[in-house]
Amino acid sequence: MMKMNQKLMKIVLNKDSMRIEKEQDVVPFRNRVKENAVKIGMGVVNQTKLITAASELVRNMLKYAGGGLVLIEAITEGRDSGIRLTFQDKGPGIKDISLAMKDGFSSGKSLGIGLPGTRRLVNEFDIKSIFGEGTTVSIIKWKNG
Amino acid sequence: MKSDIIKGLQKKKNQILEDWITIQVADAGLREDLMSNDELREQSSELLDALLKAINDKNIINIESPDFEQVHEILAGLSISRARQGFSPRETGIFVYSLKEALLKNLDIDQTEDVKTTVETIFKINRLLDNLSVVTFETYIKGREEVILRQTDEITEISTPVIRVWEGILALPIIGTLDSARTQVVMENLLQEIVESGSTIAILDISGVPAVDSLVAQHLIKTVAATRLMGAECIISGIRPEIAQTVVHLGIDLSNIVTKATLANALKYAFALLKLDVRKIQNKVSQ
Repeated sequence: MMKMNQKLMKIVLNKDSMRIEKEQDVVPFRNRVKENAVKIGMGVVNQTKLITAASELVRNMLKYAGGGLVLIEAITEGRDSGIRLTFQDKGPGIKDISLAMKDGFSSGKSLGIGLPGTRRLVNEFDIKSIFGEGTTVSIIKWKNG
Repeated sequence: MKSDIIKGLQKKKNQILEDWITIQVADAGLREDLMSNDELREQSSELLDALLKAINDKNIINIESPDFEQVHEILAGLSISRARQGFSPRETGIFVYSLKEALLKNLDIDQTEDVKTTVETIFKINRLLDNLSVVTFETYIKGREEVILRQTDEITEISTPVIRVWEGILALPIIGTLDSARTQVVMENLLQEIVESGSTIAILDISGVPAVDSLVAQHLIKTVAATRLMGAECIISGIRPEIAQTVVHLGIDLSNIVTKATLANALKYAFALLKLDVRKIQNKVSQ
């Protein structure tokens, strides 16, 4: 008898990428994320959360790494569908990720809620950083998450 | 590559120019409203002159050669001015592509030469002209980008009006994204207007701001703080339900700021602060 304990796989339905180099790229990028979110039928509240999270991360990328590449993917996992955003940069990297994820910590002069706040806005949050080589942040917002 | 081919081209300059213009005029896309035929002829002739002067046996295969600097300059100037005049990419592209056709048409092909040499010659000319096309496109796009940047500046300037809604009350509808440059303009306008009008209440309406992230919030907090330093109270209105949820999740603390859902509510609050009362007039029933 077959067991139904197979782990659900994330399947990428649609892939899109965008290069971010200057502050003027932020608005078109946000619109692109929104388009993708609307396409999978995400509600307004989740759309806004996703866009805000995207906006935080893209601003971080511009501020600390001077830009990078963002992958926008529409994904499904079982019956859930969602948007996955992957931010890759070749910036200085983050020295202490757990410190950077703390509320109120900022190496710049910002409010210090960018990374921890972003994590609260999305369903899945993954950050990898090699000090001196760059940072990759990947977030997923499910349609009904 | 034999130099007599280039010499032949140089000799046939007038013929090439005629052919080139004929091809350009024949194209349905030619914009006579944007450029007269005389102007077209002048530009074409200038470019062809420069090109034929610069070209020689050695540099035909080296498109990066400094000999072509003048050609590149003319071409860049032309495509930038075309981008600004509103020519389409197709029209700008045809200008260069049709030159290729005219050049190849007037190529002196020695019948005794073998096919291989002829093909090679054609390839070289092709490559040279393709490179010129690339230069044209690059500068065309750059020209267009300049137009966009100029418009962005204009939008920033016109999109931050400060409105006197009542004596002592200012309203400032913000539409679009609040970035650092924009905040600077908003703040300057607002603070200046507070001084000029002697207002004590300012309402910042963010109904038109698509997303409030921590940077936007930081800018808002700064604007409110600056307004308070000037002795005025600042109210933020136009907070949509989804924005409210996002701000809470993000962990931005706006509790020190008076916020209202709509501009109308903010105005009501402002009236209360100024001890003003808005009432419906009761018609006295005549006895």
